[in-house]
Amino acid sequence: MIKFFLKRLALTIPTFFALMFVTFMMIRLVPGDPIEVRRGERGISPERLAQLRHEMGLDQPVLKQFWDYVWGILHGDFGTSIISRSPVLHEFFTLFPATLELTLCAMLLATLVGVPAGVFAAVRRGKFYDQALMGAALTGYSMPIFWWGLILILVMSNTLHLTPVSGRVDLIKYYYQPVTGFALIDSLLSGQKGAFGDALRHLILPTIVLGTVPLAVIARMTRSSMLEVLEEDYVRTARAKGLANWRVIGVHALRNALIPVITSIGLQVGTLLAGAVLTETIFSWPGVGKWLIESISRRDYPALQGGIMLISAAVILVNLLVDLTYGLINPRIRHGH
Amino acid sequence: MALLDIQNLTVEFSTGSGAFRAVDRVSLSVDKHEVLAIVGESGSGKSVAMLALMGLLPWTARITADRLEFDGKNLLTMGAAERRRIVGKDLAMIFQEPMSSLNPCFTVGYQITEALKTHMPMDKGQRRARAIELLEQVGIPGAESRLSAFPHQLSGGMNQRVMIAIAIACNPKLLIADEPTTALDVTIQAQILELLLKLQKDNGMALVLITHSMGVVAETAERVSVQYAGQKVEEQRVGPLFANPRHPYTAALLSALPERATAKRLPSIPGVVPGQFDRPTGCLFSPRCTFATDLCRTTPPPLKDGALCHYPLVNGVPQGHPGTEKAA
Repeated sequence: MIKFFLKRLALTIPTFFALMFVTFMMIRLVPGDPIEVRRGERGISPERLAQLRHEMGLDQPVLKQFWDYVWGILHGDFGTSIISRSPVLHEFFTLFPATLELTLCAMLLATLVGVPAGVFAAVRRGKFYDQALMGAALTGYSMPIFWWGLILILVMSNTLHLTPVSGRVDLIKYYYQPVTGFALIDSLLSGQKGAFGDALRHLILPTIVLGTVPLAVIARMTRSSMLEVLEEDYVRTARAKGLANWRVIGVHALRNALIPVITSIGLQVGTLLAGAVLTETIFSWPGVGKWLIESISRRDYPALQGGIMLISAAVILVNLLVDLTYGLINPRIRHGH
Repeated sequence: MALLDIQNLTVEFSTGSGAFRAVDRVSLSVDKHEVLAIVGESGSGKSVAMLALMGLLPWTARITADRLEFDGKNLLTMGAAERRRIVGKDLAMIFQEPMSSLNPCFTVGYQITEALKTHMPMDKGQRRARAIELLEQVGIPGAESRLSAFPHQLSGGMNQRVMIAIAIACNPKLLIADEPTTALDVTIQAQILELLLKLQKDNGMALVLITHSMGVVAETAERVSVQYAGQKVEEQRVGPLFANPRHPYTAALLSALPERATAKRLPSIPGVVPGQFDRPTGCLFSPRCTFATDLCRTTPPPLKDGALCHYPLVNGVPQGHPGTEKAA
């Protein structure tokens, strides 16, 4: 098992290197550099421009710049944000918990609702419930996120006043020092009455919006996987033992059906971590996605490169965890290594 | 009273192109401690009839019967929950493909004790002890250490032994073995058959053996039911059946045995079992029968001398056959 883990870890090194190279080159292909973007309307003298570029090392050959960057990263230095002048690593880890918290909540919602929904649809194959559910899943999957978010805000916040419009917590009523960076945990730790409930209410809408697409994917995936497994001989064996229906479906079939579903859950976590951009923008959620978008428009090279590297690291880590979960669920994989 | 009593069982599957009759008015009975073999080609409805009995057919199947009784209980009117108390306990079944019939995600021990947990008032320790006892009974060496093995770590023969252990876990009164040796090596086939017969004697259970091998029938069965295209065409005790088959189909099956071959070329039955769309109007076997007449091709045969045939054989001679009308 440890050997398997290390092998998978070693395989990620070339991935990182390629990723680093592509990000580095891509952002430089975009017209304009950090200096130009900040120069403003009035402009500055060419001498001053050259001087600033020299200070940032932008006048060096691109491959030399890349090498310097890689060298820095190998020494644990992700550089300093051009805009905020604070270390990229520090900035990332201040914002990352917000994204992670939102992602985890969305995945939790998607899994807890999606898997049972898929199982029910498979068991009631072709019946009304199945068709209604799969229709809803298709709608959810093809829903434009920004529109869905705005509609929810309009209905839930503006009309019904059930949930707050944006942010992570009501800063006028509650204030606490971030300890873990997770609003749910920090609000509990602060001991302020009502703070936890407030943080929870702020999470509801973003969670639904971000969780809709993965929910649809997981429900459909579970359904098709389940339909396949229900035809298997061992399900018939389980029935031949006289087991209760829920045991045949929920234990014998589901355990096998979950194997492909877990892959898709893992992939979804990756997509969400990197792709919470729209949701974070709609709900003014101070996370990494919003930060990355701003870094692009300001040509903040170090922040963007570092941010993408770190997000990728998180995605790769999640995929590694998924591979390990496989072994737990499917003994054939465990013994294969 | 018979342990299993089936009268005119019919199973139809509703398909996109109409109903398909997989089992056609089959009657069977099995006594306590008896070994009955059901023989027939693929597609003759042997398995479907038994799956109907177990309640294991998909919802597209429509089951009708005049009588479907097991151990004095009417399976036709019984609810699903009540049937589950019988299935797996008094009425057990093993299948053709041992490698895919066990759940790959659970250990052998789990899958055996699960059956015990469902039907027997035993605690955890008793269940474990019984599982070891069962594995020993079905001839798995190192029984205790095998409890934690997964199906993919065992061979096909071993898996079939595990399947048998699960099936006999609760001392069933009737065990249905659906082609239990078809997927196994020839040497293992003999071992598994021997094991089944030994368990049948030791535990005093009845055994229904579904097979398409006349060789298996000769070695195991007391009574034989021959099925063709969903119908029972003949039923006899095994000795008389081999000595004097009544139905031309049985006779053809027997003459296809290598041991009985007299000519240089092994005889075979031309054609295939009719499917949903090419079902003959008269006798279902008529297109492949060497004795078929116009009567056979137009009128369904009556049950005569224990065979579903217009001209049942006696010592190979069709009785009452016009002779001149004989097909080429």
